[in-house]
Amino acid sequence: MEMFSESLLNKKNKRIQSLYRSLFMMMTLLLILPVLVILSTLIYKGGSIISVDFLLTDPINGMTAGGIFPALFGTVWIVTVALIASVPLGVAAAIYLSEYAGDNWFTRAINLAIINLAGVPSIVHALFGVGAFVIFFGFGTSILSASLTLAIMTLPVVIVATKESLEAVPIAFREACWNMGATRWQTIRRVVLPNAVSGILTGVILEVSRTTGETAPIMFTGAAFFLPFLPQSVFDQTMAMSLHLFVVSTQVPNVPDALPYGVALVLIAMVLIMNSISIAFRMHLRGKKKW
Amino acid sequence: MVSTAENMETTAVQETPKLKVSNLAISYGDTTVLKDINLEVKTNEIFGIIGPANSGKTSFLKVLNRMDTFNSNMSFEGDAFFNGLNTRDLRNLYALRSRVGVVFPLPVGLPLTIYENVALSPRLRGVKSKEDLDIIVERCLMRAALWDEVKDRLNSLGSLLSGGQQQRLTIARALSQEPELLMLDEFSIAVDPVTTMRIEDVLKELKQEMTIILVTNLVQQARRLADRTAFFLNGECVEIGDTEELFTGNVKDERTIGYIEGKFG
Repeated sequence: MEMFSESLLNKKNKRIQSLYRSLFMMMTLLLILPVLVILSTLIYKGGSIISVDFLLTDPINGMTAGGIFPALFGTVWIVTVALIASVPLGVAAAIYLSEYAGDNWFTRAINLAIINLAGVPSIVHALFGVGAFVIFFGFGTSILSASLTLAIMTLPVVIVATKESLEAVPIAFREACWNMGATRWQTIRRVVLPNAVSGILTGVILEVSRTTGETAPIMFTGAAFFLPFLPQSVFDQTMAMSLHLFVVSTQVPNVPDALPYGVALVLIAMVLIMNSISIAFRMHLRGKKKW
Repeated sequence: MVSTAENMETTAVQETPKLKVSNLAISYGDTTVLKDINLEVKTNEIFGIIGPANSGKTSFLKVLNRMDTFNSNMSFEGDAFFNGLNTRDLRNLYALRSRVGVVFPLPVGLPLTIYENVALSPRLRGVKSKEDLDIIVERCLMRAALWDEVKDRLNSLGSLLSGGQQQRLTIARALSQEPELLMLDEFSIAVDPVTTMRIEDVLKELKQEMTIILVTNLVQQARRLADRTAFFLNGECVEIGDTEELFTGNVKDERTIGYIEGKFG
């Protein structure tokens, strides 16, 4: 019994330990506080307006009433086209960088450029999009221009996520394959990619959630203030959720209070659902460890 | 006259050693780990390499399979000839590696099913039919003394097998290449003695089909299996000779006897 009685030092250590524990816990609670406040305000003020009709009808009376269908539809369009452009490009680039490229100044320069691309403010991407896609390539203000601008902006997300999940596959597996006479591509295709695919998908979903919420890059390149019709092709302009939220909260007079909150709630719900799927993927990935 | 010329040609072909190494030196960066290696391995013999840890045995095997290209730090001087072809000049290293099976002491079970681990190499060389693959997988796992333990769970992951089982899985995988040269580096390190003896029996049979280089810490294993044995010590090849001669004390260098009798190493 003597051995387990508490010494003064034990008591002191325990006191310090519980102090740090509560300190860190308070920081964590502080972190989730803004999220809770935002969500509860949105639900409290905008929840009443959400209905199937709200999601599936057009805005009416100068956007002071009616639903948000064209904006919702437009956002899905923009995100889809952006993904089609950026995922193959980003995954291919990441495969090159992590599987083929040697460790030299050129590779390091490319990696640095990708990190810098992630740090460029979105308004700069927007203006680049105007210059490159709207004017130079002549796509006009269109879904295509907006999506390509977003694609370039979110490329680093895809590249970094893909690279990380490729690099998480141990080098020993590759060497074992090469030793059997497998080419680099056979190795990538049969061993590396199958084990990296969940990580890549996680990155893609994160990209989706980021693309959904962006406003600046699309407002000059393809998203319209108000359109009485739905886009027919990628060369049409479209309404989009993020810009619509900006418009109804600042640009249109006599909007009922609940409307902007409702739009924000739908937008944030889209992003949260995407993020939840991404987290679920990651947990699934962890649960299925293959080595 | 004609028949004599043909005879001479056949003789010449037979006499080309499976492997010939001349003046080989291996270094990592500035550190030389192996130097002045000159040896020949004949077709269909088991060539043993013994020697204490850190004497350059594994690096030697790595160069034979041109694994130096995986590691920018690793380089070699001198030449290694496989079937009379200088491996330094080979454009198609994939062809070389597919003919050389290697088993390293730390087994790497690929994150594929047990079946796919063994079927991968046949698939890479274009075997498609399910029946053919089934036959290869069963035969290789059988030879590696693993079949009985895994035959009911061929679709579970190879990378989650125990260490000793993974070791035998890598042996099966190397055999699935149908290699001309099989290099085994301490294959029995995580395998129990009974299974080791089973694999040793298989190796004696495999000698009919392929050439085997056996690196081992167990000098008695070299004695049981190897036709000829080389003794590596501190990056040098001290002695090469007929295994029985070495073990009966007929050596050129006293250090060989010392090692074999367990006086150091």
